[in-house]
Amino acid sequence: MANIPQKIIHEYLRHDKKFPHVWCAGCSNGIVLGSIIRAIADMQLNRDDIVMVSGIGCSSRMPVYVDFNTLHTLHGRAIAYATGVKMFKPNLKVIVITGDGDCTAIGGNHLIHAARRNIDITVILINNNIYGMTGGQASPTTPHEAIATTAPYGNIEPDFDICNLAMGAGASFVARTTAFHAIETQNYVKEAINHNGFSMLEIVSSCPVIYGRLNKKGSPADMLKHMRDNSITLAAKEKLPKEKTEGKIIRGILKRDERTEFTDAYAQLVKKVMGGKHE
Amino acid sequence: MPTKIKKIAKPVEEKPVTPAKSGRKIRLMQGNEAVALGALDAGVNFFAGYPITPSTEIAEILALELPKRGGVFIQMEDEIASISAITGASLAGAKSLTATSGPGFSLMQEGIGFAKITETPCVVVNVQRNGPSTGMPTSPAQGDIMQSRWGSHGDSPAIVLYPDSVKESYELTIRAVNLAEKYRTCVILLLDEVIGHMREAVTLPDIANIRIVSRIKPTIPRHWYKHYDENQKYLSPLASFGEGYRYNVTGLTHDALGFPTNKPNEANDMMERLRKKISYNIRDLVQIESREMEDAKIAIFTAGITARAAKSAVAAARAEGIPVGLLRPLTIWPFPDDAVRKMLRNVETVIVPELNQGQLIHEIRRLTKDKQDGNLIPIQRANGTLITPNEILRIIREVH
Repeated sequence: MANIPQKIIHEYLRHDKKFPHVWCAGCSNGIVLGSIIRAIADMQLNRDDIVMVSGIGCSSRMPVYVDFNTLHTLHGRAIAYATGVKMFKPNLKVIVITGDGDCTAIGGNHLIHAARRNIDITVILINNNIYGMTGGQASPTTPHEAIATTAPYGNIEPDFDICNLAMGAGASFVARTTAFHAIETQNYVKEAINHNGFSMLEIVSSCPVIYGRLNKKGSPADMLKHMRDNSITLAAKEKLPKEKTEGKIIRGILKRDERTEFTDAYAQLVKKVMGGKHE
Repeated sequence: MPTKIKKIAKPVEEKPVTPAKSGRKIRLMQGNEAVALGALDAGVNFFAGYPITPSTEIAEILALELPKRGGVFIQMEDEIASISAITGASLAGAKSLTATSGPGFSLMQEGIGFAKITETPCVVVNVQRNGPSTGMPTSPAQGDIMQSRWGSHGDSPAIVLYPDSVKESYELTIRAVNLAEKYRTCVILLLDEVIGHMREAVTLPDIANIRIVSRIKPTIPRHWYKHYDENQKYLSPLASFGEGYRYNVTGLTHDALGFPTNKPNEANDMMERLRKKISYNIRDLVQIESREMEDAKIAIFTAGITARAAKSAVAAARAEGIPVGLLRPLTIWPFPDDAVRKMLRNVETVIVPELNQGQLIHEIRRLTKDKQDGNLIPIQRANGTLITPNEILRIIREVH
C-alpha cells in the first residue's frame, strides 16, 4: 500500500458516504471547518464528549461531516436543543454551528436567552450576510443597501452587529474574526471552548456564489482578500482615529468575563434543595 | 389490514398501572398534579416548559420536585425552545417531558415532527383549552384531537393518550413515558382543562408495583451501531450522547445510520419504518373502555371529560331500560379501528358528543358507510361549556 501520511482530517472527518459536501466551490465554510478541527485536535478533546449541534442553513450542514455526537436540528433551534443536551449532561462539550439567519433571525430568541443564562455552550456563528441555502435572501446581517433576492432594490433595513447583540444579552465570551484568518479562528475556537460560560464566536465569511455575484464582490479569493484588507484588530482600533476604523471588521476577543455559569448554578441549587444528599 | 400485521409484531400486553393494596395514601389532587406525580413516578428527570394556562401547575410542581431528586427543571423562553430542549435532553439520555396548552402546542408542532422523524423519546402534555387562537384560556374544549394527529407537517404517525379522570391522568402519564421510551417517539397526552383543574381522590400505587419501561441500550460495538436499526421489530436500541457511539441525528430524511439521503428507496425505508412502528403494534398501543356494550343498540363514542358525562347518561338510560353503551378510547391515536368497526356492526345508532365542531366523528364516518345521517348523531359544542349528562340522555331518549 502507498504510504499515506496521517492527517488530522483522517481522524475527524466521517469519510463514508458523507462526501462530496454540499458547499459551493469557493465557500469559506470549509476553511472554518478546518480551523475548528485543528483547534479540537490541539486541545486533545475526547470526540465522545463533543456534541456538535446545528440548525438549518449552509453552515449548519457542518456536523454531518465530523466524527462527533452530531445533532442537525430545526431552523433557528440549535441553541435550544443544545441547552437540553448541556443541562442534562453538563460534562459534554456542546458546540453550536450556526449562521446569521439561523441564529439571529429565526433563532434570535434562543440566542439572547442562552446568553442571558450564561450556559456553557460555544456558538460558532459563520456570518456570510445572506441566506445562501435558499438562494440569496436578505438576512439580519445583510448590509444596508446590499442586494439580495428579497432586496432587489437594495436592502433598506439596518443590520445587526452580532457581537454587540450577544454582549448586550449577557454572553460572557464574545470574539470576532474572519474566515481569512484561519489561525486566529483556530485560536479563538480554543478560547471559546475553554471558556466556562456562554461564548459567541462570530466568523465573518463569504458566499461568493450568491452574495458575491449579487453584489459584484469578485472571485472567492477577492472576497477573502477583502476580509484581510478591511479588518483590523481590536488593539489597532483603539489606537486609530475613528474615521480610519469606520466600516472595518473589528477582530479580537471583545469580551471575556467570569460570571456564574448556568449548569453550575443549577448544580448548586440541586445541592441546596437536596441538603447534601446528592453527590 | 391490522389483523394481518398483528401476527408479525406479537406486541407485549401491557397492563395499566393498578393501585397496590398496601399502596400510598389516598390523595385529593388535580389532574395537573396527577400528571406531575405520574411523570416523577415514571422516571422523568428532565422538564423544560413555558407557562401557559391551564397547564402551568405541572411546571410549577416539577420546578419544586425535580431538583430534590437531582432531575432538571428549566423554564425556557418559549414553547418552541421547550420541545427542542426536551428532545436534546432525551438524546443525552434523559426521560423528558413538557406540558403546554393549545397555543403552545401549535408552536411545538415542528419540534414534535423532529422528535418523531429522529425517533427521540419524549412526552408532550397538552391540557386543552378553548380555541382557536387565544380563545378562552380557562375554558374546556376538545379541539386538539386532530391537531395531535396531524398538526406537524408531513406524514408522521402519532401516539396520543386521553384520560377521563384524575386517576387515569396519573396512569396514562406513566404509560405515555413508557410508550415514548419503547417506541422511541414523541407521545402526546391530551388532557381536558376540566380534568387538569378538577380535584378527585386518587389512590397512588406502590412505586414498586409501577411498570417502568426504559429505552433499549445498545450492547454492540460502535461500528456496528445503527441509530435506526431495522432488525428489531422497529423497536431499536438508542445510545445516548457521550456513550461513545457518535451517531448523527438530523431532521432531514435519513438512512439507517442517521445520515441525510435523497434516495427514494432509503426515504421509503424511513417512512415505512415510522409507519410500521405504530401500525405493527396496534394491539399494544390501543386501549379502550367498553361499558354496557354487550346488548347495546345505541352506542356513545367519546373521550375525556365528555365521557364522564356520557357515563352518567348511560347509567340513567339503562335505569329506564334503554339498551345504550359507551365506547371510550384511552388511546385516540392510533385510532381503535377494530373496536369501532365491531361497535358499528352491533349497534343501530352511534352518538358522538365532543367539545368541538366535529373531529372524532370524522373517524367514525371513515369506518362506516351505512350509518351516516340518521344513525350517526353528533353532539358538538365549542363555546367553553361542557356537554351535560342530561343533554346526552335527551338524545338517547329521542333515538330510542
